[in-house]
Amino acid sequence: MTMKTTVQRESHETAECAARQEYVAPEVNIFETKDGYTLEAEMPGVDKSGLEITLEGTEITIVGRRHTEALAGEALFRECPAADYRRVFELDPAIDTGKISAKIEQGILTLTLPKSERVKPRKIAVE
Amino acid sequence: MNNLTRWQRPELATWQGYGRLTDLRDEIDRLFEMPLAELARTSQVLSGWTPAMDLSEDKDNIYLRAELPGMKREDIEVSLHEGTLSISGERKSQSNHPEAEVHRSERFFGRFQRTVALPTPVSPDKAKAQYKDGVLTVTLPKTEEAKPKQIDVRVS
Repeated sequence: MTMKTTVQRESHETAECAARQEYVAPEVNIFETKDGYTLEAEMPGVDKSGLEITLEGTEITIVGRRHTEALAGEALFRECPAADYRRVFELDPAIDTGKISAKIEQGILTLTLPKSERVKPRKIAVE
Repeated sequence: MNNLTRWQRPELATWQGYGRLTDLRDEIDRLFEMPLAELARTSQVLSGWTPAMDLSEDKDNIYLRAELPGMKREDIEVSLHEGTLSISGERKSQSNHPEAEVHRSERFFGRFQRTVALPTPVSPDKAKAQYKDGVLTVTLPKTEEAKPKQIDVRVS
């Protein structure tokens, strides 16, 4: 499967987004079995309400908006990025886009992308 | 293991004229701090997992935040020892895909540890830790002696 990852697309909408706010790409693990693909993305600080997953043609865009407020008090050091998460993936045509499901738990988004039935190997009975 | 050098607050300027220079130094420090933290994270392939952390304080507490997505609360250890706070644990891979083909494997699994020296003493009995949405937040109340006190100046 060509999981080509494009972080930015050349469109005016992306340019606007980039101007308003910067994004950080979440780290992902992608597995493929004969039944489908599983994608796990790390997005600490994001819960169900901050998640936006959009499918457009053969591309799926995952955006995670952090809800964690700044830590109280005066900062002594800061490493956690303040940016939201965003990453775009190109989907294998074998995926049945109608059956894609997502769940998020402790900052990990798990996307299940099943392959369509007709693509799976099948035995054909001989009469 | 990544030991953090203690962040020193800039000394109070005794001459007004040096106030500007201290600000400049702060800004340059910040400029260097940002990319270095990012650099530290990209080198984690060699040194292991170093989760990002934020540390801050106000007059009553010291606050720590660490990004530890995909862990179980019981696998995270937070300990306080002689003025240093350590967070460690092990992240185990939850999904078992033995026959799967791996297309991307960016997430790190295994042990991690981070230690930070605290600027003031804290009471470990009153410490609170919370793990939500993959973010660990620890609140450490300062000991009474460590809190800033007002000293009344009497004019005789």
